Amino acid sequence: MSVKLSVSALAIAAVSATTAAARDNVQVAGSSTVLPYASIVAEAFGENFEFPTPVVESGGSSAGLKRFCEGVGENTIDIANASRAIREREIAVCAENGVSDIIEVRIGYDGIVFASQIDGPDFVAFEPSDWFLALAENIVVDGEIVANPNMTWADVNADLPAVEIAAFIPGTKHGTREVFEEKVLLQGCEDTGAMQAMIDGGMSEDDAEHACMSVRTDGKSVDIDGDYTETLARIDSNSEGVGVFGLAFYENNTDTLKVATMSGVAPSTETISTGEYPVSRPLFFYIKKAHIGVIPGLKEFASFFVADEIAGPDGPLAEYGLVSDPELAATQAMIEAEETMGEGM
Amino acid sequence: MSDASLAPAASPRARRSLMETDAHTAKRNAAEKRFRLYGVAAICAGLFFLVVLLTSILGNGLSAFQQTFITTQVFLDPAKLDKAGNRDPDDIRKVSTFGYTPLIQNAVFEEVTSRNIETPLDSAKDMKALISASAAAQVRDFVIANPDRIGETVEFRILAASRVDGYLKDRVFREDVARDKNIDAEHLDLTDALVSAGVIAKQFNTSFIFGSDASESRAESAGLGVSMLGSFFMMLVVLVLALPIGVAASIYLEEFAPQNRFTDLIEVNISNLAAVPSIVFGILGLAVFIQFAHLPQSAPIVGGLVLTLMTLPTIIISTRASLKSVPPSIRDAALGVGASKMQAVFHHVLPLAMPGILTGTIIGLAQALGETAPLLLIGMVGYIATNYPDGFVSGFMDPNSAMPAQIYEWAKRADPAYYERAWGGIIILLVFLLTMNLIAILLRRRFERRW
Repeated sequence: MSVKLSVSALAIAAVSATTAAARDNVQVAGSSTVLPYASIVAEAFGENFEFPTPVVESGGSSAGLKRFCEGVGENTIDIANASRAIREREIAVCAENGVSDIIEVRIGYDGIVFASQIDGPDFVAFEPSDWFLALAENIVVDGEIVANPNMTWADVNADLPAVEIAAFIPGTKHGTREVFEEKVLLQGCEDTGAMQAMIDGGMSEDDAEHACMSVRTDGKSVDIDGDYTETLARIDSNSEGVGVFGLAFYENNTDTLKVATMSGVAPSTETISTGEYPVSRPLFFYIKKAHIGVIPGLKEFASFFVADEIAGPDGPLAEYGLVSDPELAATQAMIEAEETMGEGM
Repeated sequence: MSDASLAPAASPRARRSLMETDAHTAKRNAAEKRFRLYGVAAICAGLFFLVVLLTSILGNGLSAFQQTFITTQVFLDPAKLDKAGNRDPDDIRKVSTFGYTPLIQNAVFEEVTSRNIETPLDSAKDMKALISASAAAQVRDFVIANPDRIGETVEFRILAASRVDGYLKDRVFREDVARDKNIDAEHLDLTDALVSAGVIAKQFNTSFIFGSDASESRAESAGLGVSMLGSFFMMLVVLVLALPIGVAASIYLEEFAPQNRFTDLIEVNISNLAAVPSIVFGILGLAVFIQFAHLPQSAPIVGGLVLTLMTLPTIIISTRASLKSVPPSIRDAALGVGASKMQAVFHHVLPLAMPGILTGTIIGLAQALGETAPLLLIGMVGYIATNYPDGFVSGFMDPNSAMPAQIYEWAKRADPAYYERAWGGIIILLVFLLTMNLIAILLRRRFERRW
């Protein structure tokens, strides 16, 4: 009996402790692309400040923003990482749940690279049109819209190796997928004139865009819903495969991967920051303004994240593969003023 | 086969000696021999896979227990660390780790120049690729704890960068570094020279076992210690909740409950519950404990509650089995001398069933310890296991990870150095599981009674 009594006493003590003690650490969740950067900042933050090290969870941009929009309070996260900008629909959901003041912080840019096994076939240069012709569900041949007949990369572009198409692209829950669709598939669709042909064939512009971005489902293209390590494992076991990676991941695995140029530009932090390399996207995090002042260290963490010594061109984030934002000073001022989205725009 | 059918064959068989095997017996013997061979082959296959598994785990993971360290004399420059010169702790805290990095780079460069090692790397800044980013925090913590040592030269044992470590562990090769922006061949030459000078050396890595998780950029300083604590607190919750609930439920069902449709239904459902995939319990935990009961996310108490649900059926089933194995004569004897039913159960049956109950509990705990899937859903995966809990309550309430979740997290990080640590983590986890199973076996051997 006494054992059971002490058990229930323990449970009561534990539950009452939650309600009494305020959360003293910052909680972050979201994009797995931003996770490495956020973890580097969180670690340095824990070392240099009296606050505990923030908790950073992954799960993808959409999942992170969904949790972010669940409401205001200690049981919700303070910051959502995203590898794409927040959508109107998500802002509406947020507002419905009482999360109305959101601070949007752009931390820098990330490049998306196309890499294959280092000893594999010679994939050295791609054009967006190559990827569109290789991966699109339907392409235009002689003015007719047909199901994609291309089987090898050489069918797509005679300069590419004559090996079966096997592409490993990020799954739809990744923010990276959106950038891949917009900057590669859609671009390729426009370049090849397929888009114009579809519009001429009576499609509305939206439908044509949608058709351009739909990926073939006959197994030539594989959606990877996990992390880049899974893509790497697929490339490792398939010497003819080509995968889509983040620049930072590639730079950590140069001993097994070789990278191809896109539109003639090799991906690097320099070519991305100048905008020469076409496939890059901004990385964001979103702060709940209502939590500033309630959760200790939240504002300090946000300012520390975009400080010059962290996110600047010589900071540890740039070293890991982030392309630093030339307008960092404006972002710093924005956090200082706690300027929410919609204000001062 | 009836005697009638054997009768015609009986006459030739009668002439033969029993020592001589006829065709039928030979066939039966051959079948038996074949069956034995199948058995041996099955065991050999099992052993083969076990050996492959163990060698790959040990081969990949043992190197995680060794880490490359640089021993160096760091001059704690008062001009940089305490500009005001008053040794005020608050002023010293204002110097961030970025202020300490040059001091350490100078110190390592000093080791190179004082030994007259020839290298094209001719500035302190070039030493950056050799040194772990965690070194600055290590020196800063020391200075904050000992402000009076500012101005002295202190010996530190700092971590080498993960690429240097990988080079000494044959994970990074000379031919691969040409395209690696983190390190180049000149640094590898310098590493070789410093190894022969005794400045850089591989040593046993206690912080891998006791340390906290590290960010992606410093795989060399990541450890399993904090997530081990997370696992410990979860197991505590499981033990404190699952054991009494499970034992009480099984005693009631086995000794007191009437045998009817309702108890049959409960019985079937408990067996079914034991077969439910663990991820289902994770979703349940997310919905009930976090979204409805508002318990904190990523906290070991939620993980413990979820694992309790998962372990309960295992404990109930094993407890009922061991209660059943206590012979009815014990109960009858107790009731016969006038004990009440409850006295008979608690004074006589339960103590005899205890070894079986404990074994079942330990095996249930070991199963819960290795469980990852439900933890993914309640936010225990990510960059979490970084703060040691402040005390008992914070151990349950503060965000933490668990050993298997931490291993999963390491396995998906970009730096190949984390791959080695994931295998090393598996070794530690296996040691825990083997110890728990060993305790279960010992308990059974020592206390189990046969009737």
